[in-house]
Amino acid sequence: MSAAPVPAGPQPGSETARRRGWGWLLLVPGMLWLAVFFLFPTVQLVFTSLYDPSGSYEQGYAMTWHVANYVDAVRDTWNLFARSFLYAGIATGVCLALGYPLAYAIAFKAGRWRNVMLVLVIAPFFTSFLLRTLSWRTILSDQGPVTSFLQTISVLPDDGRLLATPVAVIAGLIYNFMPFMTLPLYASLSKVDYRLIEAAGDLYSSPFTGFRKVTFPLSLPGVVSGTLLTFIPACGDYINAELLGTPKQYMVGNRIQAAFLTEHNYPLAASLSLILMALVVLMVVVYVRRAGTEELV
Amino acid sequence: MSDSVRLAALARVARGAGPGAVPGVGRRSFLRGASLAALAVGAPGLLSACGTEGAKVDAGSCTSTDLSADQKTITFANWIGYIDPVKKPDSTLSKFQEQTGITVDYKNGDVNDNEQFFAKVSPQLQDCRPTSRDLFVVTDYMAARMIDLGWIQKLDHANLPNVDANLIDSLKSPSWDPNRDYSVPWQSGMTGICYNAELTDPVTSFEELLTRPDLKGKIDVLSEMRDTMLFMLLLNGSDPEDFTDDEFSAAIDSLQGYVDSGQVRRFTGNDYVDDMKSGDIVACEAWSGDVINLLGGGKFKYVPPSEGFAIWTDNMLVPNKAEHKSNVEELMNFYYDPVNAAKLAAWNYYLCPVKGAQQEIAQFDKSAANSDFIFPDAKTMESGYQFMPLTDTQERDYQRQFNEVMGG
Repeated sequence: MSAAPVPAGPQPGSETARRRGWGWLLLVPGMLWLAVFFLFPTVQLVFTSLYDPSGSYEQGYAMTWHVANYVDAVRDTWNLFARSFLYAGIATGVCLALGYPLAYAIAFKAGRWRNVMLVLVIAPFFTSFLLRTLSWRTILSDQGPVTSFLQTISVLPDDGRLLATPVAVIAGLIYNFMPFMTLPLYASLSKVDYRLIEAAGDLYSSPFTGFRKVTFPLSLPGVVSGTLLTFIPACGDYINAELLGTPKQYMVGNRIQAAFLTEHNYPLAASLSLILMALVVLMVVVYVRRAGTEELV
Repeated sequence: MSDSVRLAALARVARGAGPGAVPGVGRRSFLRGASLAALAVGAPGLLSACGTEGAKVDAGSCTSTDLSADQKTITFANWIGYIDPVKKPDSTLSKFQEQTGITVDYKNGDVNDNEQFFAKVSPQLQDCRPTSRDLFVVTDYMAARMIDLGWIQKLDHANLPNVDANLIDSLKSPSWDPNRDYSVPWQSGMTGICYNAELTDPVTSFEELLTRPDLKGKIDVLSEMRDTMLFMLLLNGSDPEDFTDDEFSAAIDSLQGYVDSGQVRRFTGNDYVDDMKSGDIVACEAWSGDVINLLGGGKFKYVPPSEGFAIWTDNMLVPNKAEHKSNVEELMNFYYDPVNAAKLAAWNYYLCPVKGAQQEIAQFDKSAANSDFIFPDAKTMESGYQFMPLTDTQERDYQRQFNEVMGG
């Protein structure tokens, strides 16, 4: 294997020094962006979550380092957290099951249709998230074709419904986050050298063993980034639950939104947000450790 | 090279090179520099460690100037479907502009939801800065909150002779603005029940809506806490105009029961209209004018529930730092001329707050003049209730209990 020579660390000399300066300079816009739009709000969120909950919008909130806000938040909403992770988990699993064959087909079997299929995967992004979810309401409506078909073949009882059930909410999540799963999978799979898969066959491995020992391990970075890109936003999503579900399907995002906008209960909303963030980060770390691809994060 | 080594090499390429491979910027120095820079830029966030100040503006500390004499303009923010088409040459607003020479910039739908609009204007108003609106329209409780916060300019009744003469008695002195010093009603409306006569038998009470087995999973109630809880309080035998914390919690428990039983399908804002149209629900809690305006009447029937109904008013307010208050007062006065009020009400089908408008409407639209939507009779009005005014901490606690029911 011949690779371009990689410089072994910084060396004395004017050229390297100049190069190092450029590296930093190029990082500045991104770091500034993150500092202003991520770090600053997060610091504020942490402080807000510690305000005295007996304040109000009108009176203002005093800083009393009220850590009990977190206890309060968990006590009242642990079931919403559980539900959010359950729905997001199922949605991620189904996305992987549906997205993997799709990405595989695009990467290896699509031939000249590859670009068309890729555009089709991204096509839903051409309309707004909200509009797409709203149109699912029409598709799954009680009087709609899907529901009546399922009733005719007796999958659904005659007074059964799809809309306003967990099925609809999870289906909405799957649909909306599918491209986030498919694209990283495709990116990983398309980099796999097809000759390796052929070689597996030449060495008498069954197609399944070849997939298990060669293709799948090589696509693991795509699997990991795909599941993360799907799971993380799905946990915090509230539009699908709001539009396709009933109060019984509400997720933690619905509660946070209500706490911020209609209660003006900023300490509660902030502590809920931070708990969600912490739990997601924790799960991601455990997952990435177990999947063995620390290089990704 | 063995297969496993080649595989590993390929995998490394597929995963992309780590930050360590970028010449000149090592991982350690990268992290050190980045965290220093982040700390510097993130430092202002530390200011929030001291808590937030209240949003109240002290009386007299925020004065506004009136440039009406020189600038003949008004910026008017309102809800959709609330005024006859403004561009038409014979509309009420065109007539006003013609008569007075004042140009009105009408922002249709700038107000879409009381809480949302509050979020939109609160950053400016709590700092005594202009909102770029001279006039906006919000519902009673929101008007009360804004007046209480000191965000609204006092009106000069010398410029409002029509308002003083023609405002109907029932709206003359709300508890939160007893002399109408700060607010003038735009239109009123009722919250009641709407049902689809083709898909269900008449629904006449809120209790039926929440208990009839054939309606299970086929009704919506409103996500506005005041609208829905007013009915729950009535159902529990409490007075929505005067109740205790315990009575409110009891009403919340009953609502939780109906949500748990699966009777309530969704909590909605205006989008109950879509659920009704698609037939996914057959009855719901609804705002009176919508049933005509947005659903078109017909098979969609509006009923005032037998327990009583909610009555509310949307009010015109002039925010601090708006510079055309006299112009706005001219507009308020214009819409309290019964001729103009009649034209407006015959279009939007909400309760008209202007005396003498009924006689005016009768001259050109008999059915509107007899409509229960625009001019309900005195007996109907007796069972209309307003929600008790809440302090901001009550507001927050009640809203939280309500949101927890909505959150399953």
